[in-house]
Amino acid sequence: MKLNQLTIKEAAEKLVNGEITSVDLAKACLARIEEVNKELNACLTVCEEEALVEASRADERLAKGETAVLLGIPYLAKDNILTKGVRTTASSKILENYIAPYDATVIAKLRMAGAVLLGKTNLDEFAHGASTENSAFGPTKNPWDLSRVPGGSSGGSAAAVAADMCLFALGTDTGGSIRCPASFCGVTGLKPTYGRASRYGLVAMTSSTDVPGPLTKTVLDAAIVQAIISGPDRFDSTVVNREVDDYAGELKENLFGLKIGLPEEFFTAGTDQAVSELIQAAIAKLKELGAEFVKVSLPHTKYGVPVYYIVTPSEVSSNLARHDGIHFGYSVNGGNHDIKSVYEKSRGQGFGPEAKRRIMLGTYALSAGYFDAYYLRAQKVRTKIKNELDEVLKKVDCLLTPTSPHPAFKIGEKMADPLQMYLEDIFVTSPSLAGLPAISLPAGFAYPDPSGGTEGLPVGLQLIGPRFGESIILRVGHQYQKATDHHLSRPKLRALNNYETLSSRA
Amino acid sequence: MKLSREEIKHIADLARLELTAEELTKYGEQLSAILSYIDQLQEVDVAGVEPTAQVTGLVNVWREDEPRDCPEAEREAALKEAPELEDRQVKVKRVLE
Repeated sequence: MKLNQLTIKEAAEKLVNGEITSVDLAKACLARIEEVNKELNACLTVCEEEALVEASRADERLAKGETAVLLGIPYLAKDNILTKGVRTTASSKILENYIAPYDATVIAKLRMAGAVLLGKTNLDEFAHGASTENSAFGPTKNPWDLSRVPGGSSGGSAAAVAADMCLFALGTDTGGSIRCPASFCGVTGLKPTYGRASRYGLVAMTSSTDVPGPLTKTVLDAAIVQAIISGPDRFDSTVVNREVDDYAGELKENLFGLKIGLPEEFFTAGTDQAVSELIQAAIAKLKELGAEFVKVSLPHTKYGVPVYYIVTPSEVSSNLARHDGIHFGYSVNGGNHDIKSVYEKSRGQGFGPEAKRRIMLGTYALSAGYFDAYYLRAQKVRTKIKNELDEVLKKVDCLLTPTSPHPAFKIGEKMADPLQMYLEDIFVTSPSLAGLPAISLPAGFAYPDPSGGTEGLPVGLQLIGPRFGESIILRVGHQYQKATDHHLSRPKLRALNNYETLSSRA
Repeated sequence: MKLSREEIKHIADLARLELTAEELTKYGEQLSAILSYIDQLQEVDVAGVEPTAQVTGLVNVWREDEPRDCPEAEREAALKEAPELEDRQVKVKRVLE
């Protein structure tokens, strides 16, 4: 096994035992990035020099006997998370050359813990999308099938974890952006409770639902990272001052006595047959492990997407107002332009199509005469969605659903019709609107090629927990992974055909 | 919900986006389709329901209003990002005619 293929847990043990160094780990990941990134386009920036300096520093700390769990572990961060001195583009032309003067709190926490930043990953521009095709720097490809999308918007992070370019990656989830790509790429992705981890230094999209979270190879690794990045922050007053649970400790408990709800609205005819079968198999497996299942109902589920596509564009139109060609970023300010035309030209040329669409939709929904009919009404329906989820989660410990109604779709398949792309979020928006924790984990593979040409496409299952109930969904996920091996499969990247030969250099 | 070309132009103006004629047509059609889909929210009974703007339930989180030092290097790095500077200040075009 190559070092870049290790989980955090495995690598941390080897580091502490002195079997390997952080520099070895970083070099193995950098070699893998070098080998596959040209094809996958998962990384936008690789900071090799800085990474090797940080890895050496981690090795010094390890040599002194420090044993912090992320000390010396190399990772990638989605490129809408600010990193001091390393370019942050949000996959937008308007921030193409932007270098943040400070670290996001989650990056600062990982730096303190000794994790090693390798670079930044591709996303839909400003995290607007479900496929990573809306990037100004080209789409990321799904490592399981290069003709398909990796999901989005954290598609670069998910593809990078699946292809072993790093030991873990950070993403952000506003309405599914960690869970959707985790499911399409066959990795684990945790969206924590809103208010669990700081948003300071995330490129703001929808301030009322944005959260940072981990994409990892196992649930245990997600628990490890989430514990480090959680907790209060003087720079983000929306983080709740509440003790962080011992996630990695609590997930060891078995599932006997646990009650899991199956919301009927998530098990509809629109779901791909292969996905339904894998989800049913997962339910059967969890029953074997001691969990009890009950049917529940969330009748407002179908309003999740329409509410989301009013709330999000409204907050987007406000948050993206700062990109004005004056303070930073792309600017058309030469000649005799007045200030209004500096704004209009910089924004008109700097933003891509989906960002413009959302800015316009939000501007409209918030404008005089339409505010009550759209924004206010959406916020009221949001209350109903939130209350109904909170009520159901008093009766069961967590909910289980498919993450997406189908596996990864073809690149270009949904780009012509924005509404088609919005409907991708059907199973993932309501936990975001309600601010609840949710995780996607691999549940198996759909459509394997009998001739052995492809492994099939990954399918994800989603667990939704009560507010600050990360421990419960992590425990269910971990016990499921202990009893199954879907999460251990890795894409063979056959189209790159010389994977084995090349990676032996690492 | 069909948006007229004038309405689309007005929205683009409010949003400070310079759009080409082609973009105006495209976004006009797409926004109309999206709004028609969103119109299903009109069927939900929201009488007496309070709007949700945030989900933490936190109210008025206070802290001391103390100035914090900004390291010189950080200040320089922030200024370096501005397209136009004069005397270490961000330069803005004329606002009044």
